[in-house]
Amino acid sequence: MTTQPRIRMPKLAKKGEVILIRTLVSHVMESGQRKDASGKTIPRNIINRFSCTFNGRPVLVCQIEPAIAANPYLEFAARVEESGTFQFTWAADDGAVISASEKITVR
Amino acid sequence: MATLSRRDALRIAAGSAVLAVAGMPAPVAAKVADAINAFTAGRAPEAGRITLELAASVEDGNSVPLSVAVESPMRPDDYVSEILVVADENPWPRVASFQFAPIAGRAAFSTRIRLTGNQNVIVLAKMGDGRIFTARQHVEVTIGACTT
Repeated sequence: MTTQPRIRMPKLAKKGEVILIRTLVSHVMESGQRKDASGKTIPRNIINRFSCTFNGRPVLVCQIEPAIAANPYLEFAARVEESGTFQFTWAADDGAVISASEKITVR
Repeated sequence: MATLSRRDALRIAAGSAVLAVAGMPAPVAAKVADAINAFTAGRAPEAGRITLELAASVEDGNSVPLSVAVESPMRPDDYVSEILVVADENPWPRVASFQFAPIAGRAAFSTRIRLTGNQNVIVLAKMGDGRIFTARQHVEVTIGACTT
């Protein structure tokens, strides 16, 4: 279930450029509203939080509810003033934490 | 208007009081009002500044593309600190909330959401000076996101 997230962003940028970051993580996003064949509610298990930091400083934090579609896709921006590392973290109800990082060179 | 009452919020959420009474079970309306009130903290939302890209009609409610962008210079002294998305007839009306830092550069995101049926998607954005902006889009959903 915890396959590596997919991230698309530039490897190079100019100082002060606003770059686009696209992220996709595989997750069933079980809403807790569905019932199985025997009528029992399937327990909720969703990615409930996403965060992105750049060189340790927060860029975006997202509180996610069951109304985000399966395999959560998120596209957002960041202004880069220096070279560094983006860190991406997804946290699920069941305690699973998925993380990824990407480097960018700024000139 | 100091604080939205549940009734006001319900009316806003449904576009008309008649629709709200006929179409929405009370518990969901209350959840919508609570989510909006928790975000606005008493400020009356204003129209404008938000660009909401969301189809007025979709076939599949399981994955509906949503893009939101809020006009802002995103400077430390003037930036959008938070955006909230609410779907006013989902059994879980809160969809997501986003906290931005100025280095996000743009107060914008795209994602895919679940909608269980025809309803309004409401976006609220909190500016650095505490002002709240809002935008909404009604969406007709042919096949709702599954809840059974």
